[in-house]
Amino acid sequence: MSAYAWMWVAIVAAGVLSWATKHAGHSVPESWLENPRVHRIAAFVTVALLSALVAVQTFASGRSLVVDARVAALAVAAVLLWRRAPFIVVVVAAAGVAAGLRALGWG
Amino acid sequence: MARLTLDRTRQQALSVSVATGAYGISFGALSVAAGLDVWQTCALSLLVFSGGSQFAFVGVIGAGGGAGAAVATSAFLGLRNGFYGVGLAPVLRPMRGWRKAWAAQVTIDESTAVALAQPAEDLPARRAGFWWTGVGVFVAWNAITLLGALLGSRIGDPADWGLDAAAAAAFLALVWPRLAHRRARAVAAASSLLALALTPVAPPGVPVLAAALVAIAAGWGHPRPEEVPE
Repeated sequence: MSAYAWMWVAIVAAGVLSWATKHAGHSVPESWLENPRVHRIAAFVTVALLSALVAVQTFASGRSLVVDARVAALAVAAVLLWRRAPFIVVVVAAAGVAAGLRALGWG
Repeated sequence: MARLTLDRTRQQALSVSVATGAYGISFGALSVAAGLDVWQTCALSLLVFSGGSQFAFVGVIGAGGGAGAAVATSAFLGLRNGFYGVGLAPVLRPMRGWRKAWAAQVTIDESTAVALAQPAEDLPARRAGFWWTGVGVFVAWNAITLLGALLGSRIGDPADWGLDAAAAAAFLALVWPRLAHRRARAVAAASSLLALALTPVAPPGVPVLAAALVAIAAGWGHPRPEEVPE
């Protein structure tokens, strides 16, 4: 097979694996979830993964940790959330702070 | 009141779809630069539909890696989506057939976050959050992937518009309501620190996935029910 055809095989394989992973989560038997311990862990898992995602999206650049415009933007977002600002205000303000600082040549 | 919540949910879903979809332009451009053609690039967005996995796939190819390594890396980065299905069980079940197949395809960071950011007692809002965000991001991501693949490097970097910070801020805003109790805040802090500590030393994907260990530790004992995020 040509390299081009192999690339298509890889793309379809990646798609099937991605979907199967997602589908497996939705197929965990109901009886497992009735176990209080599994139920509690499942509730904490989303908080844990999404918090880790925020941290990585804020500080990671490849495999190094950096302090740049994103950190300032997230700090502003956190203050706005604490002040109970609406979702869209938080998101637009974060984008504005990051874009503004970069336009000024920082981060 | 119920109507107000639904409107707010859809507003969140729409903002997240636009901000996330805009990143499709980076993916499309990067994928073509890595040597995939426009059709292959669009197929990745349609079939894999998980940003981290897709960037990893074309990253490996662009760096001269093999197709097998690209598939393995992308599958590994997608593992967290499996956990999301478990966390979403109380919101989405029961589901069967095509509905379940589609729910699986649009189970990503964004749809999970918007669903669980809605009040725990408001099941319709949580469901609407999942479906509106999942389908919204799917449409935007795929349309803008095509645009990025066609325009290639002629377009600017979304980071110039602060969209990387907007995405992180959106996730922060979506996790925020679930941090009402001290235990949830401790889990969030420990997960963040663990992910950052692992970033320089572990392969991509491991830092975020390792946060699941924090969740296991937090849920293993006997926290009082009100300490467990709904």
